[in-house]
Amino acid sequence: MRNTSRFVTASALLVSVCWLVPIVLIGLSAFLPREAVSAWPKSLVPSNLSLDTMRFFVTYAGVWQSVLNSVVVAALTMVFAVLLGAPAGYALARYDFKGQTVYRLLIVMTRAFPLAILALPLVTRFISVGLYDTHLGVALVHTALALPFSILVSSSLFMGIPRELEEAAWTLGCNRVQAFMKVVLPLALPGMAATMIFSFVISWNEVFSASVLTLNNRTLTAFLFASLEESPLHFRFAGGFFLILPSMLFIFVVRKYLFSMWGISNR
Amino acid sequence: MSAISIRSIRKEFKGHQALKSISLEVRDQEFCVLLGPSGCGKTTLMRIIAGLETQTSGDVFIGERCMNGLPPRERNIAMVFQNYAVFPHMTIGENIGFGLRMKKAPEARVRQQVERAASLMHIEHLLGRYAGQLSGGQRQRVAVARALAVEPDVLLMDEPLSNLDALLRLEMRSELKGLLRDIQTTTIYVTHDQTEAMSLADRIAVMNGGEIVQYDTPPVVYDTPADQFVGGFIGNPPMNFITDAAVQQALGCSPPAPGLTLGLRPESVELVAQGGLAVQAKVVEMLGASQQINTLAGTELLRISTAAQPTVLPAQPLQVRAKPGAERWYDHNKKRVA
Repeated sequence: MRNTSRFVTASALLVSVCWLVPIVLIGLSAFLPREAVSAWPKSLVPSNLSLDTMRFFVTYAGVWQSVLNSVVVAALTMVFAVLLGAPAGYALARYDFKGQTVYRLLIVMTRAFPLAILALPLVTRFISVGLYDTHLGVALVHTALALPFSILVSSSLFMGIPRELEEAAWTLGCNRVQAFMKVVLPLALPGMAATMIFSFVISWNEVFSASVLTLNNRTLTAFLFASLEESPLHFRFAGGFFLILPSMLFIFVVRKYLFSMWGISNR
Repeated sequence: MSAISIRSIRKEFKGHQALKSISLEVRDQEFCVLLGPSGCGKTTLMRIIAGLETQTSGDVFIGERCMNGLPPRERNIAMVFQNYAVFPHMTIGENIGFGLRMKKAPEARVRQQVERAASLMHIEHLLGRYAGQLSGGQRQRVAVARALAVEPDVLLMDEPLSNLDALLRLEMRSELKGLLRDIQTTTIYVTHDQTEAMSLADRIAVMNGGEIVQYDTPPVVYDTPADQFVGGFIGNPPMNFITDAAVQQALGCSPPAPGLTLGLRPESVELVAQGGLAVQAKVVEMLGASQQINTLAGTELLRISTAAQPTVLPAQPLQVRAKPGAERWYDHNKKRVA
């Protein structure tokens, strides 16, 4: 018994270290002067922290424009994902309909479709309808990527809200929409917020479609990706750190829901 | 003003007949209990009356209005759910006032009704709290208060006491009984607990397999069960059923026609000094005021309920017979014939 728990702890530690070390290194390197980035050995408690690298990064031409692009695209993605995902999730949670299991499977299948195959047709289509190199175009593709998560999570959120609460609202004078707005939504809101932030992060982190579908209106990832070749090492670290930040914040904000989603709620 | 008339209601779920042409008349201000084992269709029937479920065919009338196809909010009903369904994100006061606010009642009236309903259920001190801070019994009170606050034509209660512990259940039962007599609202109450049904109902509709098998006042249902199912379901211990003609004779009962089954309540069997059926006590349970004796009459189980004195010991030989006039007779379809 003790041996197994020790083994579990050791494995957990090992996995955490594997995941955390790159993040720590990126974070550290972003706040070290440019010479220290390639220095060896590294110390985990650096003595010569400086903001030079970050300062260089944030003043680099085009960075702020691409950050702004990223924010706009991610915000659009977030809105689309919740507007499409929440009703679909509600339908999955509350109604019995033919082909429900197939539908569930298809939702996940969208993630199994490699974007690389879709890229060329998408580009030609987007050019012809005028979506190429626009925020909306990238946001639409990102919505497609974020939707499976958004639908499945909101469906499990709605399933967690007893049907009787809604029925009680109906008997007390609500129509379906009012019952949803006054009873279901307020209860689902914290979880919905988590889903929205996750959609935001999916879009924020996405490189491939953002690179293929834009030329001038690059998102931050696409911008960094494009300038990766010719940029110095410390610039890449600063950019990497900038990209990691939202995801880290997200994980801290929603960790409660992530745990309860997998049934190991510690509340 | 708001009698309920249910006419030939049928309900099918994916080819399965949940309700087989149910008709039921509930008088204005009557307390009607739908009683039956789980899966008998009693909750489905109530949900159809509430408008939460749509019948396959048949009509529901409340008062003079035909309710077919109307959503719950247009039926002027209120429902108390088994798991209370108190909205967790509103205070108790907001919960109780919710129905009236949805109906756009003036705020002064909402406040007055909330106070009235809360005082009826003795929860005035809880109005500012949230459901999460309340015990099961308190939530139950909130659910009832919320239903009463809208002053419905019909009050529907779906096993409202089944999630409470035994002592609280008894307490709430007698409180509900007094309360519902005072407010004089037509009530339909679903339960699988026969003592609850007996103690609360003006009339009991006993349901089995999607049909109403008997609909009458509690004493009539208890005294003359319409079929063997009702006899076995109502009463604790349940009715005895004796098929052996020799045993029937020995108990002092002669069937009006050959081949009938004798139904006899355990308390309708009396111990006699001699001249009855000779049996041996198998199990004796002392229940304080009475004792319950299980015996074998021929090959059939015969339960006897007698006064606590004189005490019967296990394995003691007994002479028993039926009290005069207590015997009921059932045919091969298990229906009562006499």
